[in-house]
Amino acid sequence: MKDTLHIPSLRLGQPYRSLDTLKFSLGEQTLEVSVANSGLIRRDLQHLSRVVERLHEYPCETLVGYCEKAAELFLHGDLPWGDGDRLQSPADYVAALSQLTGLPHTLGRLNMGKVHAAMSNIRAVLTGLTRGLPLELFDRGFVRRDGLDVNFFPQTNSLGVLLPSNSPGVNSLWLPALVMKVPVVLKPGREDPLTPFRIIQAMIAAGFPREAFSFYSTTHDGGDTLLFGTGRAIAFGNDTTLKKYEPYRHIQVHGSGRSKVLIGDDFIDDWARHLDVVVQSIAANGGRSCINASSLLVSRHRDAIGDALARRLAAIEPLPRTHPDALLCGFANPAMARGIDERIEELLRVPGAQDLTARYRQGPRLVERYGQTFLQPTLIACDDLEHPLANTEFMFPFASLLQVPQPRMIGTIGDSLVVSAFTNDRAWGDQLMMSTNIERLNLGPYPTTRVQWEQPHEGNLFEFLYRRRALQGDLAAVV
Amino acid sequence: MSSTLTVPAAQAALDAWTREMVAWHFSPATGCDYWLSWAKTAGWDPVKEITCFADMAKFEAFDDEVLRKEQPERFVPKAYAGRPYNIFETGGTTGMPKQRIGWDDYKVDYEEFSDHYGPDFFPKGTNWLMVGPTGPRRLRLAIEHLANHRGGSCYFVDLDPRWVKRLIGMGEIAMARKYQEHVIDQAATIIRHRNITCMFTTPRLLENLAERMSLVKAGIKAVFAGGTTMTPQYVRFVVEEVLEGKINFAPTYGNTLMGLAISRKLKPEDNYSLTYYSPQPRAVLRIVNPDKPSELMPYGAYGRVELTTMTREFFVPRFLERDEAIRRPPCDEFPWDGVGDVRPFQSLTKTIIEGVY
Repeated sequence: MKDTLHIPSLRLGQPYRSLDTLKFSLGEQTLEVSVANSGLIRRDLQHLSRVVERLHEYPCETLVGYCEKAAELFLHGDLPWGDGDRLQSPADYVAALSQLTGLPHTLGRLNMGKVHAAMSNIRAVLTGLTRGLPLELFDRGFVRRDGLDVNFFPQTNSLGVLLPSNSPGVNSLWLPALVMKVPVVLKPGREDPLTPFRIIQAMIAAGFPREAFSFYSTTHDGGDTLLFGTGRAIAFGNDTTLKKYEPYRHIQVHGSGRSKVLIGDDFIDDWARHLDVVVQSIAANGGRSCINASSLLVSRHRDAIGDALARRLAAIEPLPRTHPDALLCGFANPAMARGIDERIEELLRVPGAQDLTARYRQGPRLVERYGQTFLQPTLIACDDLEHPLANTEFMFPFASLLQVPQPRMIGTIGDSLVVSAFTNDRAWGDQLMMSTNIERLNLGPYPTTRVQWEQPHEGNLFEFLYRRRALQGDLAAVV
Repeated sequence: MSSTLTVPAAQAALDAWTREMVAWHFSPATGCDYWLSWAKTAGWDPVKEITCFADMAKFEAFDDEVLRKEQPERFVPKAYAGRPYNIFETGGTTGMPKQRIGWDDYKVDYEEFSDHYGPDFFPKGTNWLMVGPTGPRRLRLAIEHLANHRGGSCYFVDLDPRWVKRLIGMGEIAMARKYQEHVIDQAATIIRHRNITCMFTTPRLLENLAERMSLVKAGIKAVFAGGTTMTPQYVRFVVEEVLEGKINFAPTYGNTLMGLAISRKLKPEDNYSLTYYSPQPRAVLRIVNPDKPSELMPYGAYGRVELTTMTREFFVPRFLERDEAIRRPPCDEFPWDGVGDVRPFQSLTKTIIEGVY
């Protein structure tokens, strides 16, 4: 009989073994994940205020230290697999993550590095989020800065997060909440309970009070309970998710990124020099992130750029999950890969689009190799932005290529999570900085996947969790 | 009170009852217009050919659309002609609901249910509260009858599931939640101001109510619940946390066409997995192969739930429910097959709005 590992729910930090479980094969072992019912979650949420008090027993400076220590434990430590005595090494984690999600070991380690960096750079992250306010703000709610009294207060007693399975690095988004003394209530993605559970174990081992972590693999109903039962919540999903939760201002939805690379007039004749950055923008992390570019807009040379880029992308081939150069991810759910492939083929029948990678890649887009189902990188040249493939994204290295005059680019790209604008043109740079449809802007030839810790990723978690209060009067007596 | 029959005796009783009911419904002196007309064009004579329950396989699966299309009068057995009847509905979130008529069946079903649990489980002579779908449902009258039968009275708080389903369908999640809160507000008020000892409610509403107050401290002694899927984890959660391990719990599976199936007493080895037993011989539940409904599934396997109802008031042969369940063997309390861990049919492959109230 196979050895069974079990990941429990965490009810305010306390392990709970549910009778409902999800089961996954990890080769020699079976992984069982407890599935919590929604009522159980609702009952736990009633006790969150008590957890906030517990977090307030620790100075923020101490929590920051714990976070930095947790970074090392996450990256290098042996941490509990689940509710038993068994410990999970970093190599165990990477192998299991790969088995569950299709992520090659290389990308598993890369994402581990991202999470580690987010934790070890927590001071820089907080500086970026608060625009340099001192940490004591989270201890007293009050700081005096340049002679100005500033009071911020938490708007919630918890942060609920519905996590995806596609990219473990997104877990870095919720980490700062704990240091800001806001407990987290997490629903892991179905195929990746491992990453948030390992992060939690690292944080508890580093010193965080275990009550601050609630962790529930759960149903859709349980997910909604979490979103509506916490004062502030984050959900990851597609356009449907975005639409569903749009009316609720306490829920922040991270939908499709539709990130883009724009090459301006001043860089376009030198495009070949920047091809690496474009390939990286499209294909880094297996093209699974919302910060991967899904469109490239050029002002000239579309055909030459398209041909060169298609060659480069087509050269990225499926490799075994353990291969040191593996970049493409297999799909944990092959039906999803088939659905995406069929959808692209269907939309290619709409006139005005051409698959430039088709002539260079080995075999069709959808391939079965090394026991997995892959979608090979795809570049589609579109004649105009109205084509249904021009401004969409899929969970593999996929991009559209369009030729658009520079002055029209900002007005036509639509909402975009990240835009890397390859330009030194000051006037255009000013226009980009004043644009309302770009969440994160990289100016210069930088990949869309670039991270600077002092810059918020998507929305500002501090502003989401805390609110500034006008503070006037006789402060000397109380502060 | 458990059945005193052995398995073979229960089977013999079912076969005898089947012959009697078929003779009743297909006799011009006692049958209804719908089935008598059906028999004229069926090409076979049920009275001659149905000699035991197994022969019911000769009927095609009942199409419940009939209960939407046909006027209820067509289902009045001749023997009941002239007696005003109750009309009970099911479905109807959009369009015409399905309707079943009846006279005393619900009383028989709920008296039998009452007798099964004895005097202490639901303390006799105490008051009940029903929180759930009332309106045109059989359940509303049935619960009141149950309370009266046990010497008490019943308070009611209504919840309209058609409206909840419509709200959810429209994406009005916040409004659905407000409506649910409104229902719970009313229930909590009644519990605080009146002497309530027993309750009927849906599992979801029970959870919500227990989030407002300790039901133990509120004086509740027993809860009868049904209407939605209850997984083993869910049952455990209700028993351990919602009812704090101190309130008697009677989960049931039922609907307007069948009546109600009682769950056998949970034993530690059940690990909170429920098994329901139909009120045989008046109604029979079988677990059949979804692709070949004439075949029974083996014990321990999931299959589609098939219901046959045979009372003097109502006859429905081989209706394929929108549920699936595990076929379970007879037990000490019920000497016939049970259905375990009921869930919506193909719930693992379809999105279903369930458990909303």
